[in-house]
Formats: sequence, C-alpha cells, structure tokens
Amino acid sequence: MIRPLIVIRRVPKIDFMRWHLFGFAFSGLLAAVSIGLFLTIGLNYGIDFKGGTLIEAKTQGPADLAAMRAKLDALHIGEASLQGFGAPDEVLIRLPEQPGGDAGQMKAVGLARQALGSDIQYRRTEVVGPSVGAELIRAGALATVLALAAILVYIWFRFEWQFGVGATISTIHDVVTTVGLFAIFQLEFNLTTLAAILTVAGYSINDTVVIYDRVREAMRKHRTMPFSELINLALNETLSRTILTVSTVALAVLSLLFLGGEVLKGFSIAMLWGIVIGTYSSLFIAAPIIYYIQPSRRSIARESAGADVEPARPPAGPPSRPRGAKS
Amino acid sequence: MLYFANWKVLLICGVCALGVLFSLPNLFRPAQLAWLPESIPHKQVALGLDLRGGSYLLLEVDVAAAQTEQLNGIIDNVRDALRGAKIGYKNLNVENNAIVFAITDNDRFEDARAALGKIDQSLTVNIASDGTGKMAFSAQATDERRSQAIDQSIEIIRRRIDQTGTKEPTIQRQGQNRILVELPGVDNPEHVKALLGKTAKLTFQLVDEAASVEDARKGKLPPGDEILPSEERAARSGQGAFYVIKKRVMVGGDTLVDAQVDLQNSQGPAVSFRFDSVGAKRFGDATRENVGKRFAIVLDNKVVSAPVIKDAILGGSGIISGSFTVQSASDLALLLRAGALPAPITILEERTVGPDLGADSIHAGAVASIVGVVLVVIFMFLFYGLFGVFADIALFFNLCLMLGALSLLGATLTLPGIAGIALTMGMAVDANVLIYERIREEIRSGRTMLSSLEAGFTRAFGTILDSHVTTLVAGMLLYWLGSGPIKGFAVTLSIGVLTSLFSAILVTRLEIVSWLRRWKPREIPL
Repeated sequence: MIRPLIVIRRVPKIDFMRWHLFGFAFSGLLAAVSIGLFLTIGLNYGIDFKGGTLIEAKTQGPADLAAMRAKLDALHIGEASLQGFGAPDEVLIRLPEQPGGDAGQMKAVGLARQALGSDIQYRRTEVVGPSVGAELIRAGALATVLALAAILVYIWFRFEWQFGVGATISTIHDVVTTVGLFAIFQLEFNLTTLAAILTVAGYSINDTVVIYDRVREAMRKHRTMPFSELINLALNETLSRTILTVSTVALAVLSLLFLGGEVLKGFSIAMLWGIVIGTYSSLFIAAPIIYYIQPSRRSIARESAGADVEPARPPAGPPSRPRGAKS
Repeated sequence: MLYFANWKVLLICGVCALGVLFSLPNLFRPAQLAWLPESIPHKQVALGLDLRGGSYLLLEVDVAAAQTEQLNGIIDNVRDALRGAKIGYKNLNVENNAIVFAITDNDRFEDARAALGKIDQSLTVNIASDGTGKMAFSAQATDERRSQAIDQSIEIIRRRIDQTGTKEPTIQRQGQNRILVELPGVDNPEHVKALLGKTAKLTFQLVDEAASVEDARKGKLPPGDEILPSEERAARSGQGAFYVIKKRVMVGGDTLVDAQVDLQNSQGPAVSFRFDSVGAKRFGDATRENVGKRFAIVLDNKVVSAPVIKDAILGGSGIISGSFTVQSASDLALLLRAGALPAPITILEERTVGPDLGADSIHAGAVASIVGVVLVVIFMFLFYGLFGVFADIALFFNLCLMLGALSLLGATLTLPGIAGIALTMGMAVDANVLIYERIREEIRSGRTMLSSLEAGFTRAFGTILDSHVTTLVAGMLLYWLGSGPIKGFAVTLSIGVLTSLFSAILVTRLEIVSWLRRWKPREIPL
C-alpha cells in the first residue's frame, strides 16, 4: 500500500486567538497604508483604464531606442515612452492619451506605425480610447462590489449573519491590501489585475467559509467550550487543510508567474499576494471577528436538530443560555 | 459507502469517457485532424485573438448622426407638404434630433398638423400656440431606427472587410450602438481601420454657379445651398478651395451597382461606376436638363471633382477622376461597391496581437499549466500517498472534462483563460484535501474504516459546496461584466469549478469504492 510520505499526524495546538489583536493591528495598519497610498500616489493604471496606446515591437537586430524615439518625437504626439522589454530586440512603446477623443488615439497609432516603418514587427498593439477606459473602470469597480455583495448574500443565506459580517470584513481587507500592493510597487493595474482581484476575493471567502463551517460545527459539538477556545480548535483542526490548499494553489500560481510570460505577470503577482493574504486573513481576521460578534449557539443548535451532537449539557456562559430557560 | 448503484457507476464512467473523447481533438494539429476517424469528434477549443494573433476593434456607430441624416431627408417632404397646402412657414431646419419650423399662418395650425401628419407615421408633430412646431421620431421609432442603423452598419462593414480578403472575420453587435470586429491573422489593421473610418456617402449634386464662393464663406449662402470643401481644387490651387452646391441630390450612391478602379484614365487613377436602371434614368434626365453646367461628385461632404456636363449621360455609367493614388482609387471603388454606412463610425478600442506573440503565449501558457499540474500531482502524492494518486486521476479527468466542455461549447480560450485552467487545477484538489483531512480526523476520533470514509465524504460536502459556489459567483460576475480576454478567464474558471465538483467528489469516491471492493484493505493509508 502506498502511504503518504509526509503526514501531519497530530492536530496542532496553536493559540491563534492570543495573536488576534496583533493581527488586527497589523491588518489595520496595512489597510490604512494601502488606502493612503491609493489616495495619494494612486495606481499605475494601464491603458485599459487610462486610455492611450501601447505597442510591443520587435526590431531587426538590437533596438535603437534613440532613433525610434526621435522618429516618434517628430510626430508631436506627446512624450512617447520606450523601454527595452525582455530580449534586446524587443521594445515596449507607450504613447500618452491624445487630444481629440477616441478618434485622436486611432490617428496617433496610425502615425506611429507609419513613422516606425515596416521593418518592425508589431507583436502587440493596444489602443484604448477615453470613453472605453472610463467604462472599464466603472464596470470593474461594479464587478468587484457586486461580487462581494453576491458572495455575502450567499453566506448570509447559508450561515448566520455574524459570519457574513466577518467574511465581508476579511475579504474587503484582502482586496484593499492587494490594491495597496499595486500602489506601493506601482505595478501596472489593468483588466487582468482586476480579474485576479476578483478571483482573490473568491478564494479568500472560500478559505473563510471552510473555517466558519468548522466553527459552526464546533459550536454544536462543544456547547460549553469558551468561544475563544472554540475558534482555536476550529482553526487548528482545519490548519493542515489550509496549508495544503494554499500550497497547491501557490504551486499553480508560481508556475504561471515564472513560466506564463510577461502578459500574465501582473495577474500572477496579484494572485500570489492575494492567496497569501487571504489565508492570513482567514486565520487572524475572519475567525477572531466571530469572537466579538458571537452568533447565538441556540439558533445554530436548533438548525442542526437531529444531527449528531453531544448531549446537551448544563448551561455555559453567555451567549448560550440553558435550554428551556424563560427570559 | 460501499454501495454504489450501477447506473451511477455507468453515469460517472460515461461522463469521464465523454470528457476524454471531446478533449481528444485538442492533442492534434488542425492538419492531423483530417486523419481521425469520423466517429471521433473533431471540434477543438477555439483560440482567442490573443493566442492565435489578430486584431480586435470596437466601433461605435454615431446613431444621432444617422437620425439627423434621416431628418434632413424628410425636410424636403415637409417643405413640399406645407407648400402644397399653401401654408406659410419659416425657419425650417433640423435641430437636436427634430425638425423645427414656425408656421406663419396663425389660423392654419390644424391644417399644418394634418398635412405634416401624413408624411411619416413614426413622426410626432407638435405645433405650439405661437406657431413654432417640432417633428421628431417617437421613442419606439427612434429605437427601431437605431437598431436598423446598427444592423445595416454591420452588413456594410462585413462587405467592406470581406473585400479586403480577411478570413473568418467576426462582426457582431455589442450593447446599444457598438459593433465588435475580430479579424484573425491581421497584425496591422491600419488599412481596415481606414476603410471603416469612411462613411462613403456618395452623391451627385449640381454646382450653384450663380452664387459666389466668397459671399458664401462670409455666411451669405443662398437658401437650399451648401458650401463644401474640395481637396482636388485645393491640391491644384494650393489653398483652401470650396464649391457652393445645391443641396438637392440628383442621384445618390445607393443606386450604384458596380465600381471598379480604372488605371487607364488619362488624368491618373480613377474609379469607374455603373448605375442601376433607376439611377441611370435619373442621372440621364438630370444631365440632359443641365448641359453646360457643372455637377459635383460629393463623397462624405467633400467634393471629389466637379466636371462640366458636356452632353446628356444616358449610358448609366461614368468615371470619377480626381487627385487619386492607385491605393485611394481602389479603396474608393471598394467602398462604393460595399455601400455607404448609414452613420459615421468611431473606433473606440484596438487590440492587435501578432502571430508570433500569440504562439509564444500559447507556449508559455501551456508550459506554465503543465508544470503547475505536475507540481500539484507530485504534491498530492507526497501528502496523501495512494489517495493522492486517486485525487490525481480525478484531476486528470477534470482537465479532460474542462477541455471537452470548452471544445463542445465553442467557448474561446484566451491567455487569461489558460491562467484560469492552471488556477482551477490548483483549486480543484482543495475538495480532495477537505475530504481526506476529514477522513483522517474521523480515523483519529476512533471510527471504523468504512464509517470514517463515509463521514469524510458527507461532512466535507457542505463545505465543498459552499466554497465552490462562492468561486462560481465571482466567475459569473466576471463573465457578465468583463470583456474579451477576461470573459475567457471567467469561462474557464466557472467551467473548472463545476467539473471539479464532479471529479473531486464523484470520481474520487468511485475510485475509492472500487479500491475497497477489489483489494479489501484493512486500513486506510492516510
């Protein structure tokens, strides 16, 4: 029989709750810095959102950036930015947004193509006019908000509202800090980044839900256990799953990051950060929040009437109350 | 746990087999597909433009301009109707998507209303008590006309693009007044963009030789006239040149049946054209009545040339010469053949990927996915041994099901879509991890082998469902709100979530049950 080579035999006994205030402070700081940077420096928006032109070109022989720049400058279409990109014969050219609305952008890229001549191979050209850019920002923000709302409604529907609140706070934390990462390092923020952020939100909630499921189960099973112990138990019981899952997803994302090519880089970075911060927030934000807004043990117990539960024991501290007690 | 109804076994095996069957064609190159037997499906995953190279253009139709144009056409009818009924009016014009006018016969508002009401059922006529009137399309008519303008634009664009020889273009409506054009294999779309940027509205109108251009430029334009620039005259005289032209159209370009580039012309490249019978008759009549005068050939509100009519032109064909190059003459011929757009078009977005980058992207995406999957497979084996192998087999079927579903649905695979596949592979095993960890726990708590297996599957199910639904919600919203490549990501992510639900739960379970029956193990190797 083939046995696993690596086994985590015992349930760990880490006192997560002891560190939760530290976690709150750390996350609060991280989120504050993220929001601060977002508001002051802002994001390095790609042309998807900001409009403008991007040309990825391959020249014959090593690229002569100065000559190409001179050709583009002669067109008077604003300051073109040229940078080497991967191999020495590859150049990334960015043209700023042109006056004259959508038609202006198209005219500029036509002129640029003409000026650069035909011995250049155009690997990629992206031109986004101002009207589309504005729409994409709106649609992106809308998608993020709606996705969060929809997932929240689902959790509300499946769990008690307290879990919904916890999941929302921790997911917003993950989204905010991922945006913060892009603000700090001024990484290009484009449509694929946005897709990554939504996926991160999905993953983070996924992770939180697994833990909440276990918290709820523990609430049914151990009716007298103090709440902080209960949360610790749930976190420790799911810890090996948490680690294994974050590892498999990280393996997939890492191979995308290193092998998936330049176009997927932003996506992979956002995903990688997102799954790490998402795992952290499930452990140190989402779970401890439940300690502060405890769902009623009675309603959870009632919900699972008939399920295998330890026999009810005499009362414990709040918020659970002895069965049959009249208020 | 041991009991697995036969029909369920069949169903699971059947679905897996179908997944393998439908994903199979993707292993072959298109040329090799022809060698496959008929009974095997041939449909491959459709690749997005970012993978196979090509150009994506998002166009916007200026619907308001189309409507103004239509109202300008109706204004003559309004004039005729009011004159016919001998009703005095002034200030007849088109403003803000409506025909505006003022009735000067104070006691004849009702007559005017009746006369104007007959022109077009879809126009609403309003005449205020001070005599100012307004005619506009009803909301429903506006919508219908918008829709018509878009459909017509799509048709014209299709004809123009077909003429350039682009293979398999996709042209479809998007939203209210946008058109999405995908041109596979085109890596420099400037020519197509130039062709789409022209309305190509051709008219033949008389030059008003009595009016002076100087006066007209100062704003003293005789009623019923317009002043239009001429590139040809500007090229000859070296300065801004204009013609004063009668607004009334002799013949429109919509009556052309053919146009060809003519390189034999003594005045340089030209375009020869032929009218249909209606156009030929109208053109013949108009030229016969105006021998000795000039007429202007007007293209998109610019005078191409303004020859003098030497004789009645009755043959129904003619030649447009002007300051053409070979390219511009053949483009004009192409545009005239394809027909005029009902409204001007603006290009909002262009995304072009050369064939090399596309091939590189496919390669990078495939390598990254394969490496990712292999790592996950090894990882699962290290941590779960035999059960890890079970999960890996399920993962293989998951991959087949995803590819099969993508091929079958005709979904488009984009580079972010490949990322979605890689990501789903990492996430798919989460369900297995949840189940296995649960089984371990149940064993630890002292349950028997079978009951811990059973409990592992049933207890983990709720959690797995919750976590999959949340990812699915995110995926569907991405699909709904995203565009192009992002949609591709949303598709693979959503399909992957669904197939992994099937493979991780049912396939793994079937594997474990078969293993139990076959080997009758005493304990679980976890």
